[in-house]
Amino acid sequence: MIATALRVLTQLRRDPRTVVLIVGVPCLLEFLLDQVFSGRRDVFQHVGSPLLGLFPFISMFVVTSVTMLRERTTGTLERLMSLPLAKADLLLGYAAAFAVAAILQAAAVSTLAFGALGLHVAGPRPAIAGLAVANAILGMALGLLASAFAQTEFQAVQFLPALAFPQLLLCGLFVARGDMAPWLRGVSDALPLSYAYDALARVARDGAYDGWFVADIVVTVGGALLALVVGAATLRRRTD
Amino acid sequence: MHSIEIDGLDVDRGGTRVLSGVSLSVEAGVVTGLLGPSGSGKTTLLRSVVGVQRVRAGRIEVLGRPAGDPELRRRVAYVTQAPSVYADLSVRENLRYFARILGVASRRIDEVLAAVSLDDVAERIVGRLSGGQRARVSLATALLGDPDVLVLDEPTVGLDPLLRRDLWDLFHRLAGRGATLLVSSHVMDEAERCDSLVLLRDGAVLATGTPSALRAQTGAEHLDDVFLRLMEQS
Repeated sequence: MIATALRVLTQLRRDPRTVVLIVGVPCLLEFLLDQVFSGRRDVFQHVGSPLLGLFPFISMFVVTSVTMLRERTTGTLERLMSLPLAKADLLLGYAAAFAVAAILQAAAVSTLAFGALGLHVAGPRPAIAGLAVANAILGMALGLLASAFAQTEFQAVQFLPALAFPQLLLCGLFVARGDMAPWLRGVSDALPLSYAYDALARVARDGAYDGWFVADIVVTVGGALLALVVGAATLRRRTD
Repeated sequence: MHSIEIDGLDVDRGGTRVLSGVSLSVEAGVVTGLLGPSGSGKTTLLRSVVGVQRVRAGRIEVLGRPAGDPELRRRVAYVTQAPSVYADLSVRENLRYFARILGVASRRIDEVLAAVSLDDVAERIVGRLSGGQRARVSLATALLGDPDVLVLDEPTVGLDPLLRRDLWDLFHRLAGRGATLLVSSHVMDEAERCDSLVLLRDGAVLATGTPSALRAQTGAEHLDDVFLRLMEQS
């Protein structure tokens, strides 16, 4: 597991442009958000923190789906599957590497948002960063799953709008889940990102760690684990 | 001693029969060449031996175990036709990763780099190497675990004659130490370098034997003509 994590991190380090994009783009977006709502501070306060926690979900989804697709198409996955490497070692290695990347990303965005932009959260700030890492793992797990259904990198990237954007639309960020039509609410209830958003909003708004908060985290992490298990099933030792 | 035994192997890929009724045995301690035109099923046969190919019917035993058995993952190494290494890592970083997976000491990395004459480019990024160098990185990776069975899919394509000779010498040295080498090629002049040959055509075994036995059987001098006569006879 450590071998794979180190290898993936070395690959990331070898690609400074991707690292700059992973860290820089969320900072830019958070800044734009601040500027767009310069006359409506309440809106910035309302969406600023949840977004901070959701950025890693989007970044890691894209990075993982493309990286894993590359493993599938260049034959390295086939080689790995013929070696004494457990599938769990490979997946957990990926998870560990992208968790490190997510920590970097969350640290950079929170420094900017809580510092220069004056974003306020009711709960402790590290909780937001912790949730950001959990969301990174969720994004990674879904990206891994998506890579199994993509034949080209074009397709892999298109899975972002297909799998991630509906979750972002329905998670409660844009419209409170309580105000949605019942069928939309039902769909929202079935999507893991809704719970991730809910946990972030609770920390940011109420700073309360009640049972609902714990339930949100359990569902988010459970969703990531489920996607990882299904993703592991797509890593085949034998193929056609 | 036979280290690979194949009996009645059928493989379908994408709805068409790629291998049908393939039976053969491969000896340990020699270099066995798998020869045949492009599309004859060489890669599929090699993949079946490694245990990464889904097969329809038949029995494949490697070192006395069914192909693909977890026990074999440490003892069988496979080099695909397209180099399967990470293009964005250096040669050494690639080898370090696979060495960690296999649990072999890092000094082994320098040994395999020397064996494939890549010591001078160890720190270079694989993506910036030539095709032949990349192929050798892939080969070096397979040598790391000192495997008992080495399955190589066209390992010398695009290499200059000198390097090609060096690699064939390496293959024979490994075989001399008791390893089993199964090497595919579509070039007949490489067949001369093999101790034993398997000729494959349209997914079936056309003939097997040493180069000299096949010559005697057909009365042809060049192995190209040997192949031609065998095809005419069948």
